[in-house]
Amino acid sequence: MEAVFTTHNLWMMIATILVFIMHLGFASLETGLTQSKNTVNILFKNATILPIGLLTYAFWGFNIMYPGDDFAGSFFGFAGFGLSMPEGANTGGYNEAYTYWTDFLFQAMFAATAATIVSGAVAERIKLNSFLVFTIIYVGFCYPIVGMWKWGGGFLDALETPFYDFAGSTIVHSVGGWAALAGVMLLGARHGKYHNGKIRPIPGHSMPFATVGVFLLWFGWYGFNGGSVLSADPGLVSLVFVTTTLAAAAGAIGALITALIVVKSNDLTMVLNGILGGLVGITAGADQMGVTDAIIIGLVAGALVVLAVVFFDRMRLDDPVGAISVHLVCGVWGTLAVGLFGELASGAQIVSQLVGILSVGVFCFAVSLLIFYVLKATLGIRVTEEEEIEGLDIGEHKMRAYPDINNKAEEVYS
Amino acid sequence: MKKVEAIIRTSKFEDVVEALAEQGITFLSFYDVKGHGLEKEYQTYRGATYDVGYIPRTKLEIIVTDEFTDKAISTILSVAKTGKVGDGKIFVTHVDEVYRIRNGAEGKDALN
Repeated sequence: MEAVFTTHNLWMMIATILVFIMHLGFASLETGLTQSKNTVNILFKNATILPIGLLTYAFWGFNIMYPGDDFAGSFFGFAGFGLSMPEGANTGGYNEAYTYWTDFLFQAMFAATAATIVSGAVAERIKLNSFLVFTIIYVGFCYPIVGMWKWGGGFLDALETPFYDFAGSTIVHSVGGWAALAGVMLLGARHGKYHNGKIRPIPGHSMPFATVGVFLLWFGWYGFNGGSVLSADPGLVSLVFVTTTLAAAAGAIGALITALIVVKSNDLTMVLNGILGGLVGITAGADQMGVTDAIIIGLVAGALVVLAVVFFDRMRLDDPVGAISVHLVCGVWGTLAVGLFGELASGAQIVSQLVGILSVGVFCFAVSLLIFYVLKATLGIRVTEEEEIEGLDIGEHKMRAYPDINNKAEEVYS
Repeated sequence: MKKVEAIIRTSKFEDVVEALAEQGITFLSFYDVKGHGLEKEYQTYRGATYDVGYIPRTKLEIIVTDEFTDKAISTILSVAKTGKVGDGKIFVTHVDEVYRIRNGAEGKDALN
């Protein structure tokens, strides 16, 4: 018995580490898809979001998200500040598959993801301090409150046909996506993105970095989805690995085909976003889908990403990394797909999925709009135009990401 | 002595340098330049096609004695040509003095 408990717990800790490495994936992807003059700023945000998420989750977040059975079926619960190990929690008395500490850390690694998603969408123009204030409020309160609705036994879990979100297409990815949308709406487009009524792209400065980031995210997703089985159950974990992999692959191909038809180019960034779209799409039902379901979900997600990127660009919602298309659009799609495909597919499930999508959407969008609005009226959320043109690395950090390269304005080869 | 400056297609750079060397012209500087002209350079990124705002070219700077000037010009004219818009231009100016830093040689001696 002890060996089985150790095996389960070991897998959960490995999954925790895999989710951790996703934060490096986000950092690399966001770095690659933005300009070199804003690289320190992007990395700084990524390097502070995770610590903020981990600390707020330790102080109160975990106990808001998992307040205990007393708050079953409700909208909000709180089990007190800090972490305290329950009796017998190291030997299977807390859960059959993991210790209290493992539970905390696995969930804590998820928490910061929501704010990291926002970071990419608002990149290259948001004031650092305002973004950090937003992160503390959003990751500290908004994310665990929404998480409790489903994973903490709240009202979405208590519906007659319970809302289903296996690893967080809605609970994690849409939560980040809605805030990204609110931030982008209040910030406005980057300087120079729209010129004389035309879209003028601002290409990211490193396609290799973007690619490394996406592969790291894919790698980490095996922990994100595989760990969400919440045990090392051989059948379920391996099924989740297969659906996750096939959806990511189908996402890439869905994006490739759509990009060829719609925008007539072999755009690497679209294929990269397509992989992520497929991953976000399968996340809600990774343990409920068969092989064909997973591939269909991925293909549709990949296509949706390309269409959404073009659509948001035309709507003048400037999202440098495509975070809204990937995490919001595909998050909604993946959540809905649980009612359309796989073991749970039914009319009642579709209704429950819609209830979940809408309640999370209304809450997250409204709260983040409010936070950004108050920040805009007080601290300000956008850097000056001069700072934006010069780059946030110098403006916010007084340093450059590539000091020895940037200083050679004209490189002469002879 | 003359200075022959030529803005050429980067894709023709190696051919031109080779052909110049065959003519005995081995002393030159070059660098990548960005410019405006009749042509436009289009790229696509995330579904939008856009004018990058400049055309990339390579610029050669060759200092030659008068006897080599025509060779340099005719070589570039023939080798760098594709016949399409954007093949580039050649500018020739007079050079008053040339010194070799190693030994202080002047004029023609500094070039050979």
